[in-house]
Amino acid sequence: MTDDPKYPRPGGDPKRDPATLESYVDKEDRSQFAMGARIPTESVVGIEEGAQQSARTASLWTDAWRQLRRRPIFVISTVLIIIMVIMAMFPILFTRIDPRACSLSESLLPPSSEHWFGTDIQGCDYYARTIYGARVSITIGLLVTIFATLIALIGGSAAGYYGGWTDTIIARMTDIMFVIPFILGGIVILSLFPTRGVAQVSLVLIILGWATMLRLVRSSVIAAKSADYVDAARSMGGTNWRIITKHVLPNSLAPVIVYATITIGAVISAEAALSFLGVGLQLPAISWGLMIAGAQARILTSPYLLLFPGAFLSVTVFSFILMGDALRDALDPKLR
Amino acid sequence: MATNGNNELGGLPFDEKAHLLDVENLHVEFRIEDGVVRAVNGLTYTLDEHETLAILGESGSGKSVSAQAVMGILDTPPGFVTQGSVKFRGVDLLQLPETVMAKDVRGQNIAMIFQDALTALNPVFTVGWQIGEMLRKHRGYSKKEAKEAAIELMERVKIPDARDRVNAYPHEFSGGMRQRAMIAMALSLDPDVLIADEPTTALDVTVQAQIMELLHSLQEETGMGLILITHDLGVVAEVSDRVVVMYAGEIMEDGEIDDVYHHPAHPYTLGLMDSIPRPDVHTDRLSPIRGAPPDLLNIPSGCPFHPRCPFAKERCTTDDPQPISIGRNGHESSCFYWEEVQRDR
Repeated sequence: MTDDPKYPRPGGDPKRDPATLESYVDKEDRSQFAMGARIPTESVVGIEEGAQQSARTASLWTDAWRQLRRRPIFVISTVLIIIMVIMAMFPILFTRIDPRACSLSESLLPPSSEHWFGTDIQGCDYYARTIYGARVSITIGLLVTIFATLIALIGGSAAGYYGGWTDTIIARMTDIMFVIPFILGGIVILSLFPTRGVAQVSLVLIILGWATMLRLVRSSVIAAKSADYVDAARSMGGTNWRIITKHVLPNSLAPVIVYATITIGAVISAEAALSFLGVGLQLPAISWGLMIAGAQARILTSPYLLLFPGAFLSVTVFSFILMGDALRDALDPKLR
Repeated sequence: MATNGNNELGGLPFDEKAHLLDVENLHVEFRIEDGVVRAVNGLTYTLDEHETLAILGESGSGKSVSAQAVMGILDTPPGFVTQGSVKFRGVDLLQLPETVMAKDVRGQNIAMIFQDALTALNPVFTVGWQIGEMLRKHRGYSKKEAKEAAIELMERVKIPDARDRVNAYPHEFSGGMRQRAMIAMALSLDPDVLIADEPTTALDVTVQAQIMELLHSLQEETGMGLILITHDLGVVAEVSDRVVVMYAGEIMEDGEIDDVYHHPAHPYTLGLMDSIPRPDVHTDRLSPIRGAPPDLLNIPSGCPFHPRCPFAKERCTTDDPQPISIGRNGHESSCFYWEEVQRDR
C-alpha cells in the first residue's frame, strides 16, 4: 500500500466523467475519419455535446425517454392516442351533434357536408356516434389493462419471489386460464349476464386476460430476484416487502409496461369482437364493435357504415401496438 | 463498541465474555436434482473486535456460501444449514426467527459487501438513495436527513465530490467508486461485523490496494471485526490477523497469519503459495496445484485433497483428518503428515 490514505486516487480525475472522455474521443475520431482531416470546429462541438449529455444524470427511464422522443413511431402513436383519449373524455369538442338524436326520415344517408360520415339505419349521425364510441373502447381498454396488470403484479411477484408452493398454485391457475379459448370463454361467461354494460364486459376481459401478464411478471421477477442487489438488500436487513417493492419490481417493470401498452390495443379489439358477436355491449350503448355489427348486413349498399368505425378501431389498436413496440425498443437495451 | 444500543437479540441476552462472532462446526448443503452438494463441511472460526479474519480458498471451496449462511441469506431451498451454530456475542443466529434477523441483525450487527458492486447496486435508484435506504427504514430518518447522512458516509469512504455524486446512478460510477459506495452502504448502520466477500476481485490492482487500505482504516476507526473472503494470498498477507484455509468446504489449515505463511503445515496451503509468483525467488516456471477442484456432489473419500496431494499416502484415501493443534496461537492443520510438510519447506 504505497498510497497515502489522505490522498485517495480514484480511477482518474473525479471531475471528469469517464463517459465524457469516451464520447469526446469517439466524436473526434469519427470526424477525423469521415472528413479525412480534422476540422477544429466540429471536434469542439463534439466536446461540448458530450459534456452536456453526461452532466445530466441518466437512469434507465430518462435514457429511454431521451431515446423515445427521437422516434417518429413513438411520437405519431402518442399523438394519435392523446387524440383518442381526448375524444373519449370530451366528445363535445369534436361534435355538437347528439349521437342519440336520430330521425328515421334520415335513415342511411351517405356521407355529406351535413352528416360527415352519413347516417345509420336509425337515422343517427354516424360521425357523432363514431366519436362517442371512443369512450367505451378507451374505458374498457384502460380498465381491463389496469386491473389485469394489478392482478399480475401481485400474483406474479408472489409466485416469482417466494417460489415453492405459492408458485405452484399460482402457475397452475394460469395454466387453467390458458386452456380456455378466448372467444369461447367470453361467449360462455358473458351469456350468463342478463344485461351487459361496460362493467360486465370489462370483468370478463379481466378474467380472461390476467394470466399471460402474470406469467410475464413472474418470469421477470425471477430474473430480478437472483440479482446481487437483492442479496445486498437482504444482507442490509431489507424485509421481503421492501425487497419486492423497492428492488425486484422496479427492475422487472420494463417488459410489463411494454406488454400492458400492447394489451390496451388487444383489449379494445377484443371488446369490439365480443360486441360484434352479440355477447358484448348491448344497444343502446354506443361502441365501435356494435356499429360494425350493425353494418354487417348493409356492407354492400352502405360500405361507409363499416369503414368509419372500422378505421377508428384499427387506428386506435394500431397506435397502442406501435407505442408498445417503441417502448420495447427503448426499454430493452439488448434490442438497441 | 456499542451494539447499536442493544444488549439482546430476540429476547436472548448477549454474553459479555463471548466472542464477537463464533462459528462452530457449520455444515451447509444444497439439495438439487442431481443430488446433495455438500458445500460447507464443518467450518469453525471465531472473530473478535478489531480483528481481521481471512477465509482463503479457491472457487467452490465454500467460502462465500459459509458467509451467506452466517448472514442467514442462503436461498432456502435449495440451500440448508444442516449442523452447527453461528453465535453473535453468544446468541445463536441460526435459532433466531427471520423477522429478528431482518430487523435487528443484518445491517445493524453484521453487514456484508459483495464482489461485483455494479450488480450489487440497484440500477434504478441513485447511489445516495441506496446508501440512505437503511437509515430511513431502520432509524426513521427523513429523506433529507438520509441524504445528508449518505453524503457524510460517501465522504467517509473517500468518494470525491460526494455532494455532487449523491444523485448519480451506479452505472455512472467507476468500479472503485462503486465498491466504495457499497462499503458506505454496509457501514450505514454501524455494524459490529463486516463480511467482505471478495471485495477487490472485480477491481484492477491499484484500486484493489486503495479499497483494502480503506477497509483497514475504517476498521481501525470503528473497531469492527472484519471477515475477508478471498482467493488472493497477497490481500490476505497484508491485512489479516488470522487466516482460515478452506478446501471442498473443510478447513485445511488455520492460524495466525505469520505462522501460516512462514510455517505452512498443509500441502494445500503449500500448493497455494507455490503457485503465485514471488519477486524474491527466481524460478523459470510456477508450480501450480495439479488436478482440478473436487466435484462437490462427489467429494473424494478420506481427505478431500488427497487426489491432488503430493504427500498423500494410503491412509489419506480412507480417513478424513480432523484439524489438530500443531503449534502456538491456535495454529491447526488437517493433515496427518503435517510434520513432513513443514520439513519439506
